Amino acid sequence: MPNTIHIPTPLRPFTDKNESVEVNGGTVGELLADLTQKYTGLRKHLYTDDGRLRNFVNVYLNDEDIRYLQKESTPVKPGDALSIVPSVAGGAPTAPADRVGAGLQTGPHAAGAVELSPEEIKRYSRHLIMPEVGMDGQKKLKAGSVLCIGAGGLGSPAAMYLAAAGVGRIGIVDFDVVDYSNLQRQLLHGTSDVGRSKLASAKDRLLELNPNITVDTYETTVTSENALDLFRDYDVILDGTDNFPTRYLVNDACVLTGKPNAYGSIFRFEGQASVFATKEGPCYRCLYPEPPPPGLVPSCAEGGVLGILPGIIGVIQGTEAIKLILGIGEPLIGRFLIYDALKMRFRELKLRKDPDCPVCGTHPTVTKLIDYEQFCGIRPEPAAHTTGAGASVNSANSWETTSVELKKRLDAGDDVFILDVREPNEYQICRIPGSVLIPLGELPRRYAELPADKDIVAHCKMGGRSAKATEFLQSVGFKRVKNLRGGILDWIDKVDPSQPKY
Amino acid sequence: MKVKDARGMALELKPHVDAAIRAHGAETYPNECCGAMIGRDGVVTDTLALPNMTDEGPRRRFKVTPNDYRAAEKRAGELGAELLGFYHSHPDHPARPSQYDLDHAWPFFSYVIVSVRDGVSGDMTSWRLREDRSAFDEEDLNKGRP
Repeated sequence: MPNTIHIPTPLRPFTDKNESVEVNGGTVGELLADLTQKYTGLRKHLYTDDGRLRNFVNVYLNDEDIRYLQKESTPVKPGDALSIVPSVAGGAPTAPADRVGAGLQTGPHAAGAVELSPEEIKRYSRHLIMPEVGMDGQKKLKAGSVLCIGAGGLGSPAAMYLAAAGVGRIGIVDFDVVDYSNLQRQLLHGTSDVGRSKLASAKDRLLELNPNITVDTYETTVTSENALDLFRDYDVILDGTDNFPTRYLVNDACVLTGKPNAYGSIFRFEGQASVFATKEGPCYRCLYPEPPPPGLVPSCAEGGVLGILPGIIGVIQGTEAIKLILGIGEPLIGRFLIYDALKMRFRELKLRKDPDCPVCGTHPTVTKLIDYEQFCGIRPEPAAHTTGAGASVNSANSWETTSVELKKRLDAGDDVFILDVREPNEYQICRIPGSVLIPLGELPRRYAELPADKDIVAHCKMGGRSAKATEFLQSVGFKRVKNLRGGILDWIDKVDPSQPKY
Repeated sequence: MKVKDARGMALELKPHVDAAIRAHGAETYPNECCGAMIGRDGVVTDTLALPNMTDEGPRRRFKVTPNDYRAAEKRAGELGAELLGFYHSHPDHPARPSQYDLDHAWPFFSYVIVSVRDGVSGDMTSWRLREDRSAFDEEDLNKGRP
């Protein structure tokens, strides 16, 4: 006795317009086989080329989805009715290569479906033999794109593994040149690259790893003006920045463009990673609504970083980017991973999306990008700076001085007290002759050692910590204290190039 | 076997349908909207806005569940009309089908895509799956409408 199959609207042209068709067989699979034998045009719409039922074809036995029964081997009884019910799905392109329609004009083979060359099939063989990746997944990677913010410690391992894995388009934003102090951890760059632009050496390195990919470079800083346009064209943003204004900017731009943020940060021996700004999950601001006061959290340039640490954290970020593109596994959404290299321990904190979050909450107050330097309380550069090293003493503002001015005063025999607020290990590397070391952390209990009747110039490595020291000393009554802008690095550049920089 | 569709490669949206699709796209921005198009002989007279049930992130994906699909087909029957296809929006992306659209397409349906940029609807196009599933072909949209 035959069973009936209900045919959905789009397939009726294949069944002579019949809404239902009578078929014979003992199982669901046999009924479908009988159907496609009678109406051969149905086959390619119901089955993939390798004979599996397409994932957007739902088959119901009476009112039950056969996925929850015994799939195609589900037995059927007389009187059972089968229905083919479409899942209708689609979506915006995930990458330029994914725009099928755009390719239509160029000929019959421009379907836009990415293909793998024989060389790529060999190259990705260890991916292709895993069912979780396979040909479909590898094509997703090829059609996928990741924008790395920064080609430094975190961006290096992430971009290198993404390139090797076959992520089709990697964008890198950076504006720096390679310095000797980068080589301890930034493996995109080699010794012969010192002095070159980081983008140039990164591009060479990535294309050497995998010439099948595209590397797009952007020689700029990420700003409120360019972030949305930059992010829009990528599937995943990989935040490898080392400062708070850019971190908040990247977060907000990810929320506003709907791009997931594979986040990582490193300091000394500890690293952190998470995936922020997905629709369902929290963003960086849900975790930290406000930035820390400027100078409180030292950067890697000031506090140092174990060179191998970004290798772990950057690779975790890259792993998350690959999982997001493939759509497999459990992404690090709503979880904050903390890694301690000294203890060799991972901890995980649960994060919740904050409904009151100013950018991703239910009533956001941040709906466009703002001034992040100001948000993070970082003083804008005084205009006097742009007048260059020749600026006269009068043009310097009341709380800052420059290396050149300091040198002039010392040469003129002025009695200036030079206060170094760095750490002792930094003092061992280089110092301004005649300076006195009181690390910033010790200043509150040692400021009595300073002369109240002399001009004091405070300095650190780059000017951040000494700005805090200057502010503190003024608050406890020192009137004649100034900060050395740019720190000892500026002193070495402009006054004493014989000393090593770090 | 070549199967031809009687209505040819053209789709017309009644003005209120055109407006409803645009309004739906703007309303769900920055997420994708989706809905069914109901009518006869290549003219869409009714739409049925459907919830976007994707579990892959609604900013880039949409999905109509089997139950909603069945409801749409039922609704078409009640109106004495046919299900002509589905519409969806591409927030901040052009009104061109993606590989994902192609992989999930059904034959003979019209797939209308409206591009919504910064919450404002723009280009609208309509696409039909090629018989060998290799690509979409763009069909005329509202060509016959005065």
